[in-house]
Amino acid sequence: MIILAFLLQTIRIATPYFIAAAGGVISERAGVVALSLEGFMLTGAFCAALGSFYSGSAWIGLIAGVGGAMLAAALLAVATIRFRANQIVSGIAVNLLAIGATRFFLRLAFDSTSNSPRVPGFGDDVGGGGLLGTVSSPLVWLGLLALPATAWLLMRTPFGLRVRAVGEHPQAAETLGVNVARVRYAAVLLSGALAGLAGVYLATDQHQFTDGMTAGRGFIALAAVIFGRWAPLRVGAACLLFAAAETLQIQLQGLQLVPSQFVEMIPYLLTIIALAGIVGRSVPPAALGKAE
Amino acid sequence: MTPPAIQLSRIDKRFGAVPANRDADLTVAAGEIHALVGENGAGKSTLMRILAGVTAPDAGTVAVEGRDVTGWSAAEAIAAGVGMVHQHFMLVPPLTVAENVVLGREPRRGMMFARDTASREVAALCERTGLRVPVDATVASLSVGEAQRVEILKVLYRGARILVLDEPTAVLSPPEVDELWTVLRGLRDEGGTVVLITHKLDEVMAISDRITVMRAGRTVDRLETATTTPAAIARAMVGRDVALAGDVALALGAMGGADGGWDAGMAAHSDAVAGEERTGSADPASLPPALILRDVTIATPRNPRALDAFSLDLRPGEIVGIAGVEGNGQTELVEAIAGLVPLARGSIHLGEVDVSRLPVRSRTEAGLSHIPEDRQHRGLILDYSIADNLILGEHRRFTGRGGALDRARILAHARERIAEFDIRPANPLVPARTLSGGNQQKIVIAREMGRDFTVLLASQPTRGVDVGAIEFIHAQLRAARAAGRAVLLVSADLTEVLALADRVGVLYSGRLACLLDRADASAEILGPYMTGLAGRREDAA
Amino acid sequence: MSALAAPDRPVAPSDLPDRSATDHAAARRERLEETILPPLVAVMLALVIGDLLIVAYGQAPGPVYRLLLDGTWGNWYGFGQVLYKATTLTCTGLAFAIAARAGLFNIGAESQLAAGGFLAGVIGLLLPGGLPLLIAAPVLIVAAMAGGAAVGAVPGVLKARFGANEVIVTIMLNFVVLALLNWATATHLAVPETLHTPELATGTVPRLSELMPAFRGSAANVTLFVVLAAAAAVSWWLFRSRRGFELRAVGLQPAAAEYGGISVGRTWIRAMTLAGGLAGLGGINFVLGYKLYYEEGFAAGSGFLGIAVALVGRNHPLGIVLAALFFATLSQGGLAVNALVPKEIVDVLQAVVILAVAAAVPAVQYALRRSRGARRGAK
Repeated sequence: MIILAFLLQTIRIATPYFIAAAGGVISERAGVVALSLEGFMLTGAFCAALGSFYSGSAWIGLIAGVGGAMLAAALLAVATIRFRANQIVSGIAVNLLAIGATRFFLRLAFDSTSNSPRVPGFGDDVGGGGLLGTVSSPLVWLGLLALPATAWLLMRTPFGLRVRAVGEHPQAAETLGVNVARVRYAAVLLSGALAGLAGVYLATDQHQFTDGMTAGRGFIALAAVIFGRWAPLRVGAACLLFAAAETLQIQLQGLQLVPSQFVEMIPYLLTIIALAGIVGRSVPPAALGKAE
Repeated sequence: MTPPAIQLSRIDKRFGAVPANRDADLTVAAGEIHALVGENGAGKSTLMRILAGVTAPDAGTVAVEGRDVTGWSAAEAIAAGVGMVHQHFMLVPPLTVAENVVLGREPRRGMMFARDTASREVAALCERTGLRVPVDATVASLSVGEAQRVEILKVLYRGARILVLDEPTAVLSPPEVDELWTVLRGLRDEGGTVVLITHKLDEVMAISDRITVMRAGRTVDRLETATTTPAAIARAMVGRDVALAGDVALALGAMGGADGGWDAGMAAHSDAVAGEERTGSADPASLPPALILRDVTIATPRNPRALDAFSLDLRPGEIVGIAGVEGNGQTELVEAIAGLVPLARGSIHLGEVDVSRLPVRSRTEAGLSHIPEDRQHRGLILDYSIADNLILGEHRRFTGRGGALDRARILAHARERIAEFDIRPANPLVPARTLSGGNQQKIVIAREMGRDFTVLLASQPTRGVDVGAIEFIHAQLRAARAAGRAVLLVSADLTEVLALADRVGVLYSGRLACLLDRADASAEILGPYMTGLAGRREDAA
Repeated sequence: MSALAAPDRPVAPSDLPDRSATDHAAARRERLEETILPPLVAVMLALVIGDLLIVAYGQAPGPVYRLLLDGTWGNWYGFGQVLYKATTLTCTGLAFAIAARAGLFNIGAESQLAAGGFLAGVIGLLLPGGLPLLIAAPVLIVAAMAGGAAVGAVPGVLKARFGANEVIVTIMLNFVVLALLNWATATHLAVPETLHTPELATGTVPRLSELMPAFRGSAANVTLFVVLAAAAAVSWWLFRSRRGFELRAVGLQPAAAEYGGISVGRTWIRAMTLAGGLAGLGGINFVLGYKLYYEEGFAAGSGFLGIAVALVGRNHPLGIVLAALFFATLSQGGLAVNALVPKEIVDVLQAVVILAVAAAVPAVQYALRRSRGARRGAK
């Protein structure tokens, strides 16, 4: 029973990581730094709460969340691809914008500085965090499938081949008639949609939007992308590892074995160590961060 | 009568203020191999990029197989069967050969990319054309010659009937060149049309049916290969009669050295130039060497022996010239001596000092000056002023109390150097970026030769500068020799090496293939070493 | 596309014929245009978006902007608050700029600032209460800079030694360092039931209101002058000292710097350490000048806003001081207008300015160069 509970909780924690990291992999493999996953996720969560509150349906919330996050992604894409703005600065700006805009519209829509009213979620009729609640959430299943599907997309479809080519050597792709800008727009929008879904999961799972509710999860997803060296299945393993550490910390909280802050650090520390090449060298896509 | 495969008429193209093509015409018949020759910067590549739809012309018309296609896009050109193999590889290293070839028009199975079909199709294409490459290997794992075959396969996979190759042999070994010729002849025999951009006259003679010569953006002559001579082509390229031996030799040299098959007449000209060059300075052999290289070996990611056990003694008052086709270890040799790449093995002494492990700065302090091969990348900080560029590397000497740079001294120093080396404009505060190539090179030379040094590394010192600046630079190198400095001249320009050096070495495949006294060296003698036909070390086998 | 449109050889301006002296004056003017126009364009765009948001909230833009100005530059208290916020932002702006001048992205000012405040707060507790201010304050200033420098040095060393991408390392390090500081504060240092350390007994500097009573109530304090002096020092160091010469060379063309005997790796480490130190210096504004203790999250967001400050200030210390005043005005102005529209509107505007500057720099450059090219072609 304890093991099952541990597994279920790990998967629930890993779900937003899986989905957002899938978006991160696609964006970075196309050469666009995925610094804005956090902002996309936050936007997605807010729009999901907004949509499901006014419609009463989690599914409408899902559509609204994905749409809102894609809007934020479109902003990043236009700035970096059309206007060749620096990707790092733009990525951070989109995150700041997401924080500011969600707060502004939280006041505008719900007249609150902290949270939305309660909104419907998925699997409400079976209830809560148990086995049934978990397996009845379509987003949990989506999370389990997200990274294998990304692997398939990248390796087995013409779009995936183009994404890989554009992220490594955009000029080469361009000379062969591949529209580099279009591939990158598609990749960034797709990453926005996926990170938005991760936000939808958070809002529907907690049945509300709270200010800053993503709490760095977008950056953990980014950490997983780097720690997993941009290969979808390895990234999935990184997400599971990070989620398992969190679960362990929550389950052992009462024992006070390790301060929670140290567990929080794990994904970030591991990523720094991976970047320094102490455990296997991380080689990013060659054109990552470059405006062609 | 069938229309010509390619007909370019009165093409004009400018980049900013710089004209690349002026009133250029080119006619290529279907089923021929056509050489487009000219010096660096003559406008060959631009003209072909216009044909391939990569660049749009400012004026003039482009017709392919009788159809006016002026201003078409690269995609339209590809669809119409015109393909260009660029000088610099356009390949995605982590992707496989087959993926690189089919990218952009992938075979599909439903939604999916049919990888096995791609591999099969590309393998069949390899078989048919004789361009052999492992189709499922990643491009990163290929040799340079194989990578170029992938470039050609990419174009042929798209059904090109007109193939443009931009300097394809620059990176190939002689056997790979021969293989390429076989492939191109095969394409021609099947009715394909090939345009070969080159400045190597032996290639022109070996492979082409007809020749168009370009000079300063214009097409100046059209010749039948069977009825012309290299000397006649050279004359057309330079635009003057061959009466002035020096000019021709200079022009030929500027074409980037030769790899074999030198025409006796050309060699004679360059010998004549070099002959008048011998100086009567004291015999350097009696002096202790200023630079001693022992077994210097450099590893690069691509090649563990990019420079392979290179040994040389360089004495005060002599110029040793290193010739060879580019990419045979010249860059590694220079950077190793300068301290920019670590040695895998061997030692370097500057006079008495072992500098093998010392940083750049210590080598400068030990008397080394270095004119780097790429001045815009290494030699200058383009956004810094002339004055600041003139102290780069020596800037510690211009530092006063509290770590402050002494602006007054820097400006005075700049004014001195600007006057002495005739740098224009004569304003020390102007950013280096805004100067012409020749004046940028003068900054580098003023900085490196204006200070006290014992050894000068001069790497491609006259590349891309105008004739006046070439003369100036050569005079400076001779003056350094006369002043008892040791000069190591590395140049792809054989004529330059023969004109200046007291001893001549050839680098081939990372090894010093030969080292001869100038009196024993000529283009004819060095040619086989440069192409690897002579001087192979028996123990290397 | 541009990648394909590349001509035969890259047409560097160096291929152009030499220009006359008047052309060089024109070139200087052009560079000034390219520097100043993007922030202006960005601020204008932000104002338009601001109008839209204000209207969306059912207010008229005019009164909101008037209130914003009245609440900041219109009275001494508001102005003091602007100065207080600008002090911290100048530090984090310099922290981004100095790294940027070396060709690096320092996204870590957030944690460098926190570490600076933390170390000043902790060392301050260890100093004997009787120590005179003229000794204690400099010690704590050095402590703040050392705290930030230690955090900044890590990505510098990892970049120089292992080639680790400094963007990711600084972002990840923010989380690690903040978690570490939170843990240390919560478990060992905090006053019970709070998130802050005990008050310092010495080393605290006077508020501006003690010199000019009009500033009463505002947090502006004497560290303002320390930070202005630091900005002036950075300006001198960057443009007049040998190390600054080396640092800018590495940022512009690392290969040429290396050729000039400058150690690129060591310069990176120096730049990041200094950047961290400058961010850390910002910690004294809160710890020595305002609350007199270290508190968890005392200047959250200032690190990221520093990126905006440096961007709008074009990585130049003078520009940074001005940009810091601008962003501080927005931050403080948000509080002033909160009665009419949510104060979060300024967060949105700040982000819009960053995004717009980032997009406008290449766009303005391109447009200016194109129109100049057309003018020259016509000549």
